[in-house]
Amino acid sequence: MVPIGHYLFLSAALLGIGIVGVVTRRNVIIILMSVELILNAVNINLVAFSRLVGSVEGHIFAIFIITDAAAEAAVGLGIIIAFFRNRETVLGDEMDILKW
Amino acid sequence: MLDSVVFYIFAALAVISGILVVTRRNVVHSAIFLATALLSTAGIFLSLHAEFLFIVQIIVYTGGITVLYVFVIMLVNLDVALHQVQFNRQWLVALLLSIVLGAQVAAALALSRGSLYSMPVAPATQLEPNTEQVAWSLFHTYMLPFEVASVLLLVAMIGAVVMSKKRV
Repeated sequence: MVPIGHYLFLSAALLGIGIVGVVTRRNVIIILMSVELILNAVNINLVAFSRLVGSVEGHIFAIFIITDAAAEAAVGLGIIIAFFRNRETVLGDEMDILKW
Repeated sequence: MLDSVVFYIFAALAVISGILVVTRRNVVHSAIFLATALLSTAGIFLSLHAEFLFIVQIIVYTGGITVLYVFVIMLVNLDVALHQVQFNRQWLVALLLSIVLGAQVAAALALSRGSLYSMPVAPATQLEPNTEQVAWSLFHTYMLPFEVASVLLLVAMIGAVVMSKKRV
């Protein structure tokens, strides 16, 4: 059995990669993909602790997180399509209509 | 032994494809590597005896969400964005955030090292039969959150339809 700490390290690594993607990329689609990576890292944590204590509760929460990720992807990509139709860009730092 | 070999292979695959998702210039390549990362996460779930979640991960994440991304990439014309600068100037913030996060995780693991590694791992038979236990828990203890999640999905569906309509 792999020690639980290694699962936590993997989860932290994926979380770090996702955060770097969210902060540094300009393309909004890739920012959304990085958010998916972050949610995935959380799921690994939950399932690993679920295995440690021998209870199925962590799996339930992982299912809810997957539901959330699906909703977020649908709405986020809808926003991207609507924005692209108006402004012809997918770059995050050009989305500044609300700035002044 | 086989357990740990499978885990380390899938973990390396997940981390490498995660890095490629963030660094590739072409968005389609990023989507493909996202699918790889999600599939290797499914393998890690299987090594943790979460069979139901393994199937859900493959069907919902890889089969649903990644295909949704590919569809949006097809709908959005990316030829212009492909030739522009891909990274903004916030790499210092990203570096700082990663260092802080890494230090936090390292500190937490170092502080809990004794208890985390000496804590006995529950026998795998406690999670069997996995799908039945998940269903039991979902429809008894977590009935209300389950219903709320269905409402959330309905709202997301309506929102996505309204957002991508031609004329509101």
